[in-house]
Amino acid sequence: MKTENMTLPGPKTGEREKRRSPWWEVWRRLRLNKAAMAGMAVIIVLVVVAIFAPVLAPKDPNQTNMKARLQPPSAEFPLGTDNFGRDMLSRIIYGSRISLYVGFVAVGIGAVFGGIVGAIGGYYGGRLDNFLMRCMDVLLAIPQIILAIAIVGALGTSLLNLMIAVGISQLPRYARVVRASALTVRGQEFVEAARAVGASDARIIIENILPNCMAPIIVQSTLGVAQAILSAAALSFLGLGIQPPTAEWGSMLSSGRQFLRNAPYLTFFPGLAISVVVLALNIFGDGLRDSLDPKLRQ
Amino acid sequence: MKNLLEVSDLSVEYRTYEGTVAAVNGLGFSLAPGRTLGLVGESGAGKTTTALAVMGLVPSPPGVITSGEINFAGRNLLSLPEREMKKIRGNRISMIFQDPMTSLNPVVTVGLQISEAIAAHQNLSDKEAEDKAREMLEKVQIPGQRYREYPHEFSGGMRQRVVIAMALACNPALIIADEPTTALDVTIQAQVLELMRSLKEEFSTAMIMITHDLGVVGEVCDHVAVMYGGRIEETGSLERIFDGPRHPYTRGLFRCIPDIEEKTSEIRPIEGLMPDPLDLPKGCPFHPRCPEAMEICRTVIPPVSDDGGHRVMCHLYGKGGEDRG
Repeated sequence: MKTENMTLPGPKTGEREKRRSPWWEVWRRLRLNKAAMAGMAVIIVLVVVAIFAPVLAPKDPNQTNMKARLQPPSAEFPLGTDNFGRDMLSRIIYGSRISLYVGFVAVGIGAVFGGIVGAIGGYYGGRLDNFLMRCMDVLLAIPQIILAIAIVGALGTSLLNLMIAVGISQLPRYARVVRASALTVRGQEFVEAARAVGASDARIIIENILPNCMAPIIVQSTLGVAQAILSAAALSFLGLGIQPPTAEWGSMLSSGRQFLRNAPYLTFFPGLAISVVVLALNIFGDGLRDSLDPKLRQ
Repeated sequence: MKNLLEVSDLSVEYRTYEGTVAAVNGLGFSLAPGRTLGLVGESGAGKTTTALAVMGLVPSPPGVITSGEINFAGRNLLSLPEREMKKIRGNRISMIFQDPMTSLNPVVTVGLQISEAIAAHQNLSDKEAEDKAREMLEKVQIPGQRYREYPHEFSGGMRQRVVIAMALACNPALIIADEPTTALDVTIQAQVLELMRSLKEEFSTAMIMITHDLGVVGEVCDHVAVMYGGRIEETGSLERIFDGPRHPYTRGLFRCIPDIEEKTSEIRPIEGLMPDPLDLPKGCPFHPRCPEAMEICRTVIPPVSDDGGHRVMCHLYGKGGEDRG
């Protein structure tokens, strides 16, 4: 056989094998991105704060104190007190639990189901695609917040229903984004090559279509978490989400609105908390997308 | 020897908005186990469509197989349900695509892609599939250590070798290579062809080599079929075709190749262009460009005349051409 004496270019066979997982590789490149790391640090801090809220909060968030209503920030109340004399710092710390939880779970619901709908529609095309996308158009035609109100109204108010409502109202965005990239990926030769080695449709969708759609899903999700937090806040404001005594950034923001003139810190601090989370998530998502793209790997 | 693949009277159409494209018209050929057939022709001659029809991957819509039989190892592939075809694809028949840059999934490691191809057909544990995939990588002279690397970490020639490893992974009886070297530069072409030839011998695989490069055909094929306008114009053993091409189109193709020993000031291309597949000419599809076209060529599709396995579809050699000697 001629194979033995043929020499083809390639690295020396003695080279140590790369035993790194793809996720290790992603992490390695993510570390080089300072902005993304800063964003991630903020998110980690917030998650830690949310988990250890009972330990970190200086006071009971629901303890009213009529003698200390609407106090400006001071040594005793670092972020002031609200109209019932509750400590704002403790409420914001406790509020991070609900806000982050709602944000991530709602986006999870939206991204998973929307992603499935989009991938199936984009991959199979034709009538199935038409049907699925028209359903998404119907959802998209109803303003997100009104759709969420309708869903919560139908299911009843609870934390889980709130997340479902926000998730469903976000679903069409993921479906559209995933479908658009599935359409481009479907036409690629490697999908045909996968078919030529006898891969099933489900396998092609899971292994070829979805991984190649990851970048837009991630970007969309990070933006989505921010929006889900805001949607949940809006629903809470309308009395359809988190019920009053429970601390939640959105409802704190809206209840502080009436004291905007005398006690601006009631709206400033919850608003700041939301902005910081949103900004951190966006920066982190952007960096994650860059490091997830294997074409940029060095 | 019994034929591994027998295609007869195969016709494929693409029904588009502009009209019906007759991509393949009543095509027939056969291939014995372990042999290599070179399918030669210009772009649009129907070579790739023929390959996709054998794989059962003609895009539908718009593609429709209107007639014919594709007998592979005694079974008509066209009548098999999709579930059965999936078992054959990649396992008994596999395909090498033209562009190695796009025929690998960019976000999955090459090793995993090969072991997936194996796992799709063989009941192996993950570890066994991985070992087999490493073995296949070594076979195409890529160190097994590179199992966990991504396609973008390989050069074009190496990627095409990965694709070859994937195609050979289940030890198929037939490989269809659709212009496997077109996207590679000349020196890498030679290496890849050499590799394919030696692996083909090692695994005793039959191969259909689709190409428009007669040099490639001369290097690796046993038989040649020249396609034009969705038909095979001339077919025969490599020697017969290369030593004595009979069809005017085939002769024209050979005139397009500069001879290294002769001092040629210009090469003579075949006049004209491939006919519009939406509107193939009546009679012989080649007659508008044929320097030896006769009246009959314009109206009657030429019959096949067989000279000891060397078949030509041309009026020059049938009854119509007898009076011209």
